[in-house]
Amino acid sequence: MTQAAIDHYLAEHKRLSNNSAGWIEKQRLSALESLGRQGFPSTRHEAWKYTDVRSLLKQNFISVDTDDSTVGAEQMQTIRFPDLDCYELVFVNGHFNSALSSLPASGEAINVSSISTAGDDVRAKIEQYLNQYASTDKHGFAALNTAFLNDGTFIHAADNAQIDKPLHLVFISNKQNSSFIAHPRNLIILGSNARATVIESYIGLDNAEYCTNTVTEIITSEGAHLEHYKLQQESDLAYHIGYLHAHCHKDSRLDSHSISLGGLLVRNDIDTVLAGRGAHVGLNGLYIAGNNQHIDNHTRVDHNMPNTSSDETYRGVLDGKARAVFNGKVVVHKDAQQIDAQQSNANLLMSDDAEIDTKPELEIYADDVKCTHGATIGQLDENMLFYLRSRAIDETTARSLLTFAFADEVIKRISFAPIRERLEHRVVGRLPDASLISEFLQ
Amino acid sequence: MLSINDLHSQIDDKKILNGLSLEVNKGEVHAIMGPNGSGKSTLANVLAGRDGYDVTGGSVTYEGQDLLEMSPEERAWAGIFLAFQYPVEIPGVNNIYLLKAGVNAIRKSRGETELDAVEFLALVREKIKLVKMKEDFMSRGVNEGFSGGEKKRNEIFQMAVLEPKLAILDETDSGLDIDALKIVADGVNHLRNEERSIVLVTHYQRLLNYIVPDFVHVLANGRIIKSGGSELALQLEEQGYEQVMREAEAA
Ligand SMILES: Nc1ncnc2c1ncn2[C@@H]1O[C@H](COP(=O)(O)OP(=O)(O)OP(=O)(O)O)[C@@H](O)[C@H]1O
Ligand SMILES: [Mg+2]
Repeated sequence: MTQAAIDHYLAEHKRLSNNSAGWIEKQRLSALESLGRQGFPSTRHEAWKYTDVRSLLKQNFISVDTDDSTVGAEQMQTIRFPDLDCYELVFVNGHFNSALSSLPASGEAINVSSISTAGDDVRAKIEQYLNQYASTDKHGFAALNTAFLNDGTFIHAADNAQIDKPLHLVFISNKQNSSFIAHPRNLIILGSNARATVIESYIGLDNAEYCTNTVTEIITSEGAHLEHYKLQQESDLAYHIGYLHAHCHKDSRLDSHSISLGGLLVRNDIDTVLAGRGAHVGLNGLYIAGNNQHIDNHTRVDHNMPNTSSDETYRGVLDGKARAVFNGKVVVHKDAQQIDAQQSNANLLMSDDAEIDTKPELEIYADDVKCTHGATIGQLDENMLFYLRSRAIDETTARSLLTFAFADEVIKRISFAPIRERLEHRVVGRLPDASLISEFLQ
Repeated sequence: MLSINDLHSQIDDKKILNGLSLEVNKGEVHAIMGPNGSGKSTLANVLAGRDGYDVTGGSVTYEGQDLLEMSPEERAWAGIFLAFQYPVEIPGVNNIYLLKAGVNAIRKSRGETELDAVEFLALVREKIKLVKMKEDFMSRGVNEGFSGGEKKRNEIFQMAVLEPKLAILDETDSGLDIDALKIVADGVNHLRNEERSIVLVTHYQRLLNYIVPDFVHVLANGRIIKSGGSELALQLEEQGYEQVMREAEAA
C-alpha cells in the first residue's frame, strides 16, 4: 500500500517538476529521498497506532497545478472573521490568491510574503530557515510537504518588531474535477522580543474531496512572543495532516490554540522544543467530532533547558461514531531542572459509539521537576443538567449549553477578545442545537 | 395547589418515602422538619422531577395536573421552584443568562411576551437588592466559586426573579451566618403572599422565628408522622424527635 502511494507521488513530482519553482530544488529532492526511505506511517508505528491512513493513500490525490480557481465574495464573507481588523493571505486549493489578500507593507522590520511570489531576498531567507529545526524525517507526510513545496507563507519580524494586526492565513479548498492535495508551508520567524499573532484557517467548501498536508515552522528568538491559532474546518470528506514545529529560545513564549472541527480524517502533530531558559509554551486544543470523523492530536514538548514551562489543555466533544486520539508527550531532558509541566485532556462522549484513546506520556530525566497530568472521559453531569432544567431551561437547550460550557473552557483561555469571540461563534456553530444557546453568548 | 397522597418512592431497591401525604394550599407556608436521612430532600427532588427516583405508589397532583408525568422544566414552567440543599456549580454558564433564559422560557410557556435585555436588567436590579448581593456576582458562572452562604442567597435571588407559585426550600438556612439568615428570611417573607405557597425544609427552629409557618410537619422514615402549627417546632426544639417518633409508633 505505502509503496504504491510513494510511486504515485514520485510520478506526481516528475509531472510537476517541469513547472516547479527551481530555486528550492535541493531541499525538495532531499525530501523526496526521505519519503522514499521512510515511506508513509502505518498503524504498525506506535505514533500512528490508532490512525490508519490507508484510505488517504489509496486516493492518489493530485496537485492542482493552475491557480485560476477562486472563491466568490459571498463565500469569502462566511470564511473571514466578521470585522476582525487583520491582514489576510488567502490560498485557494494550495495557491496564493493575491486578489483576495491584504498584506502588511514589507520592509526591514516586518516581512510577510507568500512563498510563490517571494522575491530573491525572501527566497534566500526561506532557504535559510527551511527545516532548520523541523525535519522531513518526522513522518512521510512532512517529507511529502517539503518535496512538493511551492506555496505558503513566510513571516519574519525583526528584533523588537511587532506586527500590528493579526495575520490571518486562509487555506480554502473547493470542488475540483478530481480530488486533490495541497501542501501549504508556513514559516514564522520572530526576532528577539518580536511579537506577532498568526491565525491559520483551513476551510473546505462545497463538500470537496481533497487532502491538506500542511507544515508550519516556528522560531521564537529570545524574548519573542507568538500567539498562534489554528482553526481546522475542512469539509466532511477531507483529509487533513498538519505538522507544526516550534523552536523556542530563551524567555520566549508560544501560545498555541488548535481548534479542530472539520475533516473526515485529521491528524495534528505539534512538536515544541523549549531550547532556552525561561521559554514557555501554552498548548490549548479543542476537537469536536461527529458522524464518522476521526481526529488525532499528538503533541510533544521537549524541555531541553532548565526553568522552562509548559501548560497544556486539550478537550474533546465526540458524538455519533466519531473517534479521537490524544497523545501528549512531555520530555524533560537531563539537567533540565526546575521544570513546570502541566497537562490535561478531558473528553465528553455524547454517544455510546463515540470513542477516545487518550494517553499522556511523561519522560523525565531530571529531578527538580513539577509535572502534572490527567485525562478524563465522561458524559454530561446529571446534577448540572437537572439544575438547569429546574430553572426552566428545556432539556435540549440545557444539554447544548453544558456541552458548550465544556468546550468553552478551552476558548476562554484565549486572552485576545476579538479572536476569542469569533472562535466561540465558530465552535457554537458546530454544536448541536446551537441556535438555542445563542442567547448565552453575548 | 399541591396534593401528595400516600407517596412511595425508592432509589434502586432502597425505600425512602413510605406513604407520605401532604396538602399544601395557596398562600400557605409549610415547614418540614425531621432527622437526617428521613427523606426530606428526596421529597423535594421528587417534586422537582429529578431522575433516578422510582415512584412505586401514590400520587402527586399540582394545580389539578399529575405532577409526576411532567418533566423538570415543565414543572418550572408551571411555577414550581426548588432551592437546592447543595446548589451545583456550573462553570461556563453565566448566572445572568441562565436566569434570563429561565424567565423567558416561563413567560413563553404562558403565552406572555419575552423580556428584552433592558426590562430583564431592571427586574434583576430590583430583586438583587432583596438578597443584598453585589451585581458582579451575576456575571460569574452559576455558583462558580461562590461560598456556601452565597450559593444559598443566590437560590433565593433566583426564586425572587422566577416568581414561582410553589417554592420548595431545602435547608436554605443551613450554613448561613446570622446576618445572612436574616437576609434570606426577609427575602422569603417579601415573596410571601396569598398566591404563593412555600415548603420550607429546615433543621432549625431559629429560621421559623423569622418565617412563621402556618404548619409544621415532622417527616421520619419517609412519612409525615406528626403535623401541627408553629408551636410544634418549639416543642421539637425542646424534646427532640425521639418522643414524637415513639408516639407515632404507638399509634
Ligand atoms: N442516590 C441515592 N442512592 C442511595 N441512597 C440515597 C440516595 N439519595 C438519598 N439516599 C438515601 O435516602 C435517604 C434519605 O435521604 P435524603 O437526602 O432525602 O434525607 P434528608 O432527610 O434530606 O436528610 P438531611 O437532613 O441529612 O438532608 C438517606 O438514607 C440517603 O442515604
Ligand atoms: Mg436533605
